[in-house]
Amino acid sequence: MSLRDQLSEIKENGLANISQAADLKTLNEIRVHLLGKKGPITAALRGIKELTPEERPQVGSYANKIRDAITTAVAAQRDRLEARQLNAQLAAEKIDVTLPGKPVAQGQPHVIQQIIDQIVDLFLGMGYEVLTGPEVEEDKYNFEMMNLPKNHPARDMQDTFYLSKEILMRTQTSPMQARALEKHDFSKGPLKMISPGIVYRRDTDDPTHSHQFHQVEGLVIDEHITMADLKGTLITMAQNIFGDKFDIRLRPSYFPFTEPSVEVDVTCFNCMGKGCDVCKHTGWIEVLGAGMVHPNVLKMAGVDASIYGGFAFGVGPDRFAMLKYGVDDIRDFYLNDVRFLNQFSKRGN
Amino acid sequence: MKVSYNWLKQYLKLDMPAKDLAEKIERTAVEVDSVTLGETGLKKLVVGHILTMSNHPESDHLHICSVDVGEDTPLQIVCGAPNVAAGQKVIVALPNSRIGGNVKIKRSKMRGVESEGMICALDEIGFSKDVVPKEWADGIYVFDDNVPVGEPVYHYLGMDDPIIDLDVTPNRGDMLSIIGTVHELAAIYDQHPEIKQPVVNEDDSIDAANEISATADEQLAKTYKLRVIKDVKVAPSPSWLQITLWNAGIRPINNVVDVTNYILLKYGQPLHSFDQDKINGNIVVRNAHQGEKLTTLDEDEQELSPEDIVIADDAQPIALAGVMGGLNTQISDQTQNVVIESAIFDSFHIRKTAQRHVLHSEAAQRFERGINPDGVEDAINEAAALIHQLAGGKVAKGIVTASDYHPALPVIAITADRANHVLGTTLTIDEIQSIFDRLGFTSVKQGEGLAVTIPARRWDIHIDADLFEEIARIYGYDNLPATLPTGRQTIGVLTATQRLERASRQILEGIGLTQAISYSLTTAEKARMFLMRASEETKLLWPMTQDHTTLRMNLLSGLLDDVAYNHAHKVDDVALYEIGRVFYKDSADQIRPEEVEHVAGVITGNLTDPSWNNHVKPVDFFVMKGMVHQFIVNLGIKGDIEYVAADHYPEMHPGRTADILIHGHQVGFIGQIHPRIAKQFKVKETYAFELNMQALIDLPKNDDQYQPIAKYPSIKRDISMIVDSNVTNDQVVAVMQKRGGAYLHGIRLFDVYEGKNVPDGKKSMAYSLTYVNPRETLKDEVVNTAFEKIKKRLTADLNAEIR
Ligand SMILES: [Zn+2]
Repeated sequence: MSLRDQLSEIKENGLANISQAADLKTLNEIRVHLLGKKGPITAALRGIKELTPEERPQVGSYANKIRDAITTAVAAQRDRLEARQLNAQLAAEKIDVTLPGKPVAQGQPHVIQQIIDQIVDLFLGMGYEVLTGPEVEEDKYNFEMMNLPKNHPARDMQDTFYLSKEILMRTQTSPMQARALEKHDFSKGPLKMISPGIVYRRDTDDPTHSHQFHQVEGLVIDEHITMADLKGTLITMAQNIFGDKFDIRLRPSYFPFTEPSVEVDVTCFNCMGKGCDVCKHTGWIEVLGAGMVHPNVLKMAGVDASIYGGFAFGVGPDRFAMLKYGVDDIRDFYLNDVRFLNQFSKRGN
Repeated sequence: MKVSYNWLKQYLKLDMPAKDLAEKIERTAVEVDSVTLGETGLKKLVVGHILTMSNHPESDHLHICSVDVGEDTPLQIVCGAPNVAAGQKVIVALPNSRIGGNVKIKRSKMRGVESEGMICALDEIGFSKDVVPKEWADGIYVFDDNVPVGEPVYHYLGMDDPIIDLDVTPNRGDMLSIIGTVHELAAIYDQHPEIKQPVVNEDDSIDAANEISATADEQLAKTYKLRVIKDVKVAPSPSWLQITLWNAGIRPINNVVDVTNYILLKYGQPLHSFDQDKINGNIVVRNAHQGEKLTTLDEDEQELSPEDIVIADDAQPIALAGVMGGLNTQISDQTQNVVIESAIFDSFHIRKTAQRHVLHSEAAQRFERGINPDGVEDAINEAAALIHQLAGGKVAKGIVTASDYHPALPVIAITADRANHVLGTTLTIDEIQSIFDRLGFTSVKQGEGLAVTIPARRWDIHIDADLFEEIARIYGYDNLPATLPTGRQTIGVLTATQRLERASRQILEGIGLTQAISYSLTTAEKARMFLMRASEETKLLWPMTQDHTTLRMNLLSGLLDDVAYNHAHKVDDVALYEIGRVFYKDSADQIRPEEVEHVAGVITGNLTDPSWNNHVKPVDFFVMKGMVHQFIVNLGIKGDIEYVAADHYPEMHPGRTADILIHGHQVGFIGQIHPRIAKQFKVKETYAFELNMQALIDLPKNDDQYQPIAKYPSIKRDISMIVDSNVTNDQVVAVMQKRGGAYLHGIRLFDVYEGKNVPDGKKSMAYSLTYVNPRETLKDEVVNTAFEKIKKRLTADLNAEIR
């Protein structure tokens, strides 16, 4: 057998052994054996001196090719074995992905807070400032400066918690109109404000009444603010809070501090305007009161009603939340049952 | 006000369904509470004629009637009504009919006798007992003789007339009358109804002035007028009048009282009728005297106060003016001579009197909202004419007038520019004028604008803004454009305080607390718990319930109420926070409290649900402390945060509570709710904090600057020591910080142990210290030296045994 044939045989046998190696250890032993100093290639090459000087380089380069082929085959087999090992490991690591995840402690904003924030953010975007005021108010701001003098019958519409003859728990956020008007410097620009807060009424708590609830007052006063602006503003708010499909309608009403005064209805949530029991088959649900600020309110706050005028509105976030989420008992908002509160975890409203 | 559609049709051409009319009213004038039709839900109710009647053999009160219902053969109906009699025309519920309350009537046997239907009382077919006339209250209803037999009954009872119930706002008192409503609808539908002036046939032989005299305090009654009608015959009213009244929710009484109520509905002018023969001498309108009493028509004795207006004769009060008449002069079946009163009483007095005596009568409601001064005389004239027509007698000549009031009609100037400026419309002056024409307001062009004369019937209109409302609602709010305010620009941003408050909510929610909103009004006892400063209570003058009498001076008691509510509903794990106002008063004399924003939180049970891979531990002081600390750190308040053991809160665990100080300012406290308080609130082991939010907002904040991360490696050294049990972490850390050298960067406590292998009265504490030099690589020797120094000082200062 020629040396070349010997080398060919070593190669054939070697490659066969490599491809049959079942693990990395065996593969390594085969590699060390084949390419090592005591291996068959080295042994075979001892016979090279028997060859003619012309033959020697050819066989030498043939031996190098065989070494390369073996090295490549070992690397390829190693990759195969490693991949097989990894796959086996991954198969062993398989888990039940349907097992529940680890609970995370997360608090939620109160649902009424969410509604208030939504209103606040909308109006901030329209250039309104946010004002807050005292919950314990003077009769002067809560009633008198809102065009509700002492003996006005409309005072009976709002049963009041008094602390004294002149001091009371505010029944509405409207006193913030008077406070803002008194302070505002109209030479610096228009007054555009909203005022969220807690208000109090001397009511017996039941599913639709609470002695404590929230309001957001809105007020815009400038040289040329129209009732059409009020309508557009309220449509914007309704659609921002409830959705684009919602529409509003204005109906005449009466508030001493606005003239004209309107009640504002929004498309019924339940039937989307078709008419149902919830909306008494009108397709509309009353959501807020609004109007053009009464000249007396401006005058009492020291604002020249012949130059300045504008609109005001009062929104009930409790009512909004009840309508939006279908909550049927206002008391739920103040009991703070965590099962109730944690339901309102949807963000990005 | 319950308005009869049929009555409106006497003045207006209206052919739309009542529901559509109601919607139009709602969108243009006032809210509509309901539209109802008496016959709704009723079936097969016809007029029957009782031909014969015999006694039921098995009963002492049942009768067997043979009733003609317009069929070939009469029906046999058993009836137990005490007033049933042969010859009557009655309401018959035929077999398979439906009466009030959705009750079906079938053929049946009553004590063995077949009954083919039922003879009905008014309340059995849906009438409220409050409006059924006394004569029919305890038995069946009997029709007038001229009602055709076999016809459905509805028309003859007014049950086919849609009733529109208006919810009239305080300013639209004019719509508490048919005539006022007719004027309003005339404007809405652009019609011109004819409203006739009443004509009275007076008897010249009797002079009212000789019959009675009256004086009135004009402060109490701007207008006070009387008429006298002699020799009337008091009897039940004809059915048309009874129907009109009961459809308006008023019980028919007799032909005199009913006329006064009819006029009230028609004109909105309350009238009162007196039995002239029961009046002693002359009439005076005055304030009641202290201690005077009057038994009103509802047979209640009223204790009068000087703020009540009374009608009195020479002897005593005979009516609570504008609210309710007196029993002593009421019209009875024997009354022959009648005095009718038509007046305008002061609305404020009437309102107070109605409230004081809880008598919110139809009359009082109208006086409270105001009266058309132009209608007073028409009303009394029509009343006299109608009583004369229905009860006979002679109307004495003339009206006795004690006071009279005809204010000048206001004239308001407006321009189209101004109206459009306010409404955002583009109406022309002609369009505006046509709206006033429809409203029946006289207007004349004056320069660019209009001078509008307001009729007396619209006493709610005083200024141009009132007219803009009239224009807007008749023009239609639906037709108004929708725009957004334009003009000078403004910037909408939250204030620093508002940003901090919003950030606080986000931090606390991120930490795992859910926002609660509790009641600010609580009991006096809860209000004064957890006090962070001395304060008097702020109490309501007239609380509604015992649970809400006093303004809170803490948030925690409300949160504990919330925890208790959750526990009561089997929810053991609660983690809540609240940001809200508390109310302090420095002295009892101070009426208006100071309002301070607080933030508080409570945790009890587990923060997360136990799960297959979540082995939970119930919360403790240090869980709460970790939260509060992170919250304060996130707010970036300048200065050290200290927790100082505090045993001075009666509602907190004395050994597990700390005052929280920032840069030496006390801002609140943290700790475990005292077990006694927990028991009182019915809550489990609960940890809590309450901080003065305003103080957190006001304290100076850290500069907005960052510390570069050290480029050189840090070196760690652990130290373990045994110290006396009463040595605090703060003491150990203070020594380390003071003696730690320039490169001591971090101190972390990683173990505290008391018990086995540690002597009694001692504890083991282990800290990990981190050393960093930001400018170069630290050498071990430098750290070793610093570390040795700490060990020495701990031993010297705290008697620590270093291990
Ligand atoms: Zn609906």
